Amino acid sequence: MTDSNATTQVYRIVIKASAQAIWDAITKPEWTERYGYGGRVAYELKVDGQFSHKASAEMKSFGLPEEIIIGKVIESDAPHKLVQTWHPLFDAASTAEPHTRLTYEIKENSGGVCTVTITHDVTGAPIVAGMVPGGGDPAQGGGGWPWILSDLKSLLETGKRMSA
Amino acid sequence: MDDDNIFKALADPARRSLLDHLFQRDGQTLKELVTGAAMTRFGVMKHLKILEDADLVVTRRSGREKLHFLNAVPIRMIHDRWIDKYRERRVSVLLGLKTKLEKKD
Repeated sequence: MTDSNATTQVYRIVIKASAQAIWDAITKPEWTERYGYGGRVAYELKVDGQFSHKASAEMKSFGLPEEIIIGKVIESDAPHKLVQTWHPLFDAASTAEPHTRLTYEIKENSGGVCTVTITHDVTGAPIVAGMVPGGGDPAQGGGGWPWILSDLKSLLETGKRMSA
Repeated sequence: MDDDNIFKALADPARRSLLDHLFQRDGQTLKELVTGAAMTRFGVMKHLKILEDADLVVTRRSGREKLHFLNAVPIRMIHDRWIDKYRERRVSVLLGLKTKLEKKD
């Protein structure tokens, strides 16, 4: 992660929820506004479909643009696999970098438990590579994928957010 | 992903060293990890298995190679569950005082 040659990052979490519930939480706006940094997503779940993550009211109050992340769907196999490009617009330095590639995989295990794996290919995008692992204060925007996934787990398993 | 597995996995210095190697450079093969470790191939394999069982290491295939990636999510969860909880204001005041006093020495 500290090495610029490392171009792929992997994040995994186990969530006690159905694959469909997890898929919905990733792809439906009424779910995405409830965890992580919030904000509503719009997904056209087909090859070459558009993806955009809209700013929440709070983000807009900080001067962030209407769309904070954009991308294109590369593969959509509900509720198990979603491959897309992922390009932030909330920060000029990372916006100047090439689009990254994000893969969500949701695998059903026994006992009503799913393994969710995010593979983020950040080739050529060192600023995004330094941002998405988190490690900073989530309240300052430094949560990254580990914090977002951890919050998603909390929401789906308990109906409440981590911080709530 | 349960806490016991994670704490057990983190309790061994050899396994923490493997995690540090992956933090330095993510996505290594077994061969690369063996080269960087002060352990036999068998030792590295044994420790990787425990790290994988705790989901601290995730493997991905890339062509014919199996690459090992550090998964920071369980560590984040331990932080949120076990560290944030006890890091109250009182504690940070005391730590601040400690830093101040030690600086004077």
